[in-house]
Amino acid sequence: MSASTETTFRLPAPLLALKNIVLFLLKSPTSAFGLAVLTLLVLVAAFAPLIATHDPYAQDLALTLQAPGNGHLFGTDELGRDIFSRLVWGARITLTIIFLVSVVVGPIGLIIGTTAGYLGGKVDTVMMRITDIFLSFPSLILSLAFVAALGPSLNNAIVAIALTSWPPIARLARAEAMTFRKADYISAARLQGASPARIIVKSIMPMCLPSVLIRLTLNMATVILTAAGLGFLGLGAQPPLPEWGAMIATGRRYMLDSWWLVTFPGISILTVSLAFNLLGDGLRDALDPKQMNRR
Amino acid sequence: MSHRRIRFYGAAGQVGTIAVTLLGLLLLTFFIGRLMPADPVRAMVGEDATRETYEQVYRSLGLDRPLWEQFFYYLRDVFTGNFGTSIRTGQPVIQDILHVMPATIELATFAILIGAGLGVPLGVFAAVNKDRWPDHVVRVFSLFGHSMPIFWTGMIALIVFYAHFGLVGGSGRMDQFYIGLVDERTGFLLIDSLIAGEMDVFWSAVNHIILPAALLGYSSSAYITRMTRSFMLDQLGQEYVTTARVKGLSRNQTIWQHAFINIRVQLVTIIALAYGSLLEGAVLIETVFAWPGFGQYLTNNLITGDMNAVMTCVLIVGVIFIGLNLLSDVLYRIFDPRTH
Amino acid sequence: MEKPILEVDNLRIRYGGASTEAVRGVTFTLGRERLGIVGESGSGKSTVGRALLRLLPGATITADTLRFGDRELLTLSEREMLKVRGRHMSMILQDPKFSLNPIRRVGDQVAETYLRHFRCSKTEARDKALAMLEAVKIRDPKRVYQQYPHEISGGMGQRVMIAMMLLADPDLVIADEPTSALDVTVRLQVLNILDGLVRDRGIGLIMISHDLNLVRNFCDRVLIMYAGRVVETLAARDLDRAEHPYTRGLLAAQPKIGGGRAPLAVLDRQPEWLEEKA
Repeated sequence: MSASTETTFRLPAPLLALKNIVLFLLKSPTSAFGLAVLTLLVLVAAFAPLIATHDPYAQDLALTLQAPGNGHLFGTDELGRDIFSRLVWGARITLTIIFLVSVVVGPIGLIIGTTAGYLGGKVDTVMMRITDIFLSFPSLILSLAFVAALGPSLNNAIVAIALTSWPPIARLARAEAMTFRKADYISAARLQGASPARIIVKSIMPMCLPSVLIRLTLNMATVILTAAGLGFLGLGAQPPLPEWGAMIATGRRYMLDSWWLVTFPGISILTVSLAFNLLGDGLRDALDPKQMNRR
Repeated sequence: MSHRRIRFYGAAGQVGTIAVTLLGLLLLTFFIGRLMPADPVRAMVGEDATRETYEQVYRSLGLDRPLWEQFFYYLRDVFTGNFGTSIRTGQPVIQDILHVMPATIELATFAILIGAGLGVPLGVFAAVNKDRWPDHVVRVFSLFGHSMPIFWTGMIALIVFYAHFGLVGGSGRMDQFYIGLVDERTGFLLIDSLIAGEMDVFWSAVNHIILPAALLGYSSSAYITRMTRSFMLDQLGQEYVTTARVKGLSRNQTIWQHAFINIRVQLVTIIALAYGSLLEGAVLIETVFAWPGFGQYLTNNLITGDMNAVMTCVLIVGVIFIGLNLLSDVLYRIFDPRTH
Repeated sequence: MEKPILEVDNLRIRYGGASTEAVRGVTFTLGRERLGIVGESGSGKSTVGRALLRLLPGATITADTLRFGDRELLTLSEREMLKVRGRHMSMILQDPKFSLNPIRRVGDQVAETYLRHFRCSKTEARDKALAMLEAVKIRDPKRVYQQYPHEISGGMGQRVMIAMMLLADPDLVIADEPTSALDVTVRLQVLNILDGLVRDRGIGLIMISHDLNLVRNFCDRVLIMYAGRVVETLAARDLDRAEHPYTRGLLAAQPKIGGGRAPLAVLDRQPEWLEEKA
């Protein structure tokens, strides 16, 4: 309550809400950490060519498996490539995965969920049954199956992850759509002769969008871990791409003598997924009205 | 009487739901197996087979038939227990899976004991201390477990606890020289070795299972902790908790004898679900620890593109998930007096 | 006058993080009598009740005196408080739908009070509980003992609650809106049972309520609370002669059977009520 009255200049409502959420998140050290790490990730990915000290693909067979130091911050891998630079460029892959999965999953979940929730009845039953079938698999196993069928590659891994992570979004969108369905302004639109498709797209979807976006954030940690897992099993990004999971997979052979090969990519994955989890945890609190009013 | 009828319809509805879900599962595995670009014939006959052999195998697999007919044959095969033969091992897939399953069940059971043993008390502890520092510590601890890439943590743990300190056994289910010493009766090494009276093998097995199980357990404890905390917070806000305090019960008595017993049923449900997701972690951790279980079998087949085996594995995981869901429903009905 | 059961002098309560006190300097004494505390929502009446049992987590309680029998409540350790709660002072909560543990048998919950405070066998506690259930006029105590809270009616639930809270024969019972969640038809019945038991056993009763008529009929004396302080103390039979404008306002806002059909008076709150001393 106090946060919204403080602002003297007026922001448009969604931006104002966003600002309040960010302010709330920054108050808690854990979610502030999450936000900071993700900001850093975006910056690193954006300025990768400037930050990386070496060409991530440049091999130097004279300098393989070098320990950290000596111009190689995190050491070199079995082909003499600079691990730090590979991690930096790998941030781009991670962001690509996040972005593409969101772009696919958000609309699919939104369309299925809002349609089922708005139309109700048989459509709803059928769609939710399909959702349940997808939900009855652990997402990694189903992604594995998809990738196995599609063939191992980064793009297929993204497709597989997207195919398995829409059901929770659809469920959420459905629940939201069902609450909006009864609203007076929806009835008004219906009375004016708007078609169901128009109502869903123009009135229901925008209302469901914020919570869907938040739910996507919450799922990102899982997405990153699944992608890294696929990369580790050799079913995701293929060499020589500097994907963090794949880097761990190749480093595994040398892990006893050259710990840095697996340690740094692992820490990167852990940090980013922890950041998403902490941020998600904070968001959950921020959007819980009971929590917001406490201060 | 009316109660009984409601329960009956509930059960019938549930059977229907399960049947539909199962059918959906089969459709899904069928389509992934048949429609995706991976070529099952090519995988079987190899890259340099003649056109005739290819055609022959193609027909023998029934791939020249219309899709619905193929699906019908697939259903028939599944219901008669014929899941096909693994290209890699040459054995019937179902036999392979039954052979590797105990290792995974042993690992997952050990892990869930650790996960629940850690997650439930931590969740209660966090709820009781809501918004104070113990709550924050527990939150970060459990989010950490939820965030770690388990295949990586597995490697690091191997380096630290096995290679460096030598505290635990390394890869596999037991030390190399014990392999083959104990007859397989149940397939559960801990039980088999006890039956055979081979204590050395038993302790070796314990030594080997403890690290992967602890990691799996830690990662699943994150979910258990979070849910326990939120269930417990719901209960602690209830009036009956005040009643118990008014009666003169201490904080601890109130927590455990009143609030906690109200979340037992919910806990069973989520622990059952967590058990199911352990299978997911098992795929990765078994690869790292060379654990000869279901996960390793699945990944090996993935890499060789043995779709028959892969799809059966996926199907089985789906069935296990449905089974666990059903089980938790049944437990709910048994243990909650309000559903009687 | 005999020694009072409870002496409260200048009781102040502040919830954690709140900027103002929820209860600001409440003073009263209680003998073997039935005292009503009346006030609107948020006036602090329930807070006083819970503060006496020291069951306000996160709140700061201060008082010049808070004496219960020979005990100075604010100086007792939590351990000593455990022996007071349920045994010497107990509280009947508002709604049995929520105040009974849903998954424990009703009878076991009653017996628990006895088990907690007396060295005895389970059967002994069970017999005590059964006798008490009978005392609150439950017709088939053996059957009710085995039932779960969702299987009994609200009126029955509240009688179980009374049994539970009077089982250890306390000196003081606080009844926090004991009938507001019940059907009008069973309210009187439940109150009569409570009233009978309290009189027979010589238990001090504090009845917290927003219902003036109820308090008038079942209490000897009434405290009127407004915004965390006592604005007026009256004998119940003198309620009509109340002087404080707030009390008069409350009375005027009560509908009367056979009264005029003009709209009821609406309380016209004066800011000075917040500060003046009763």
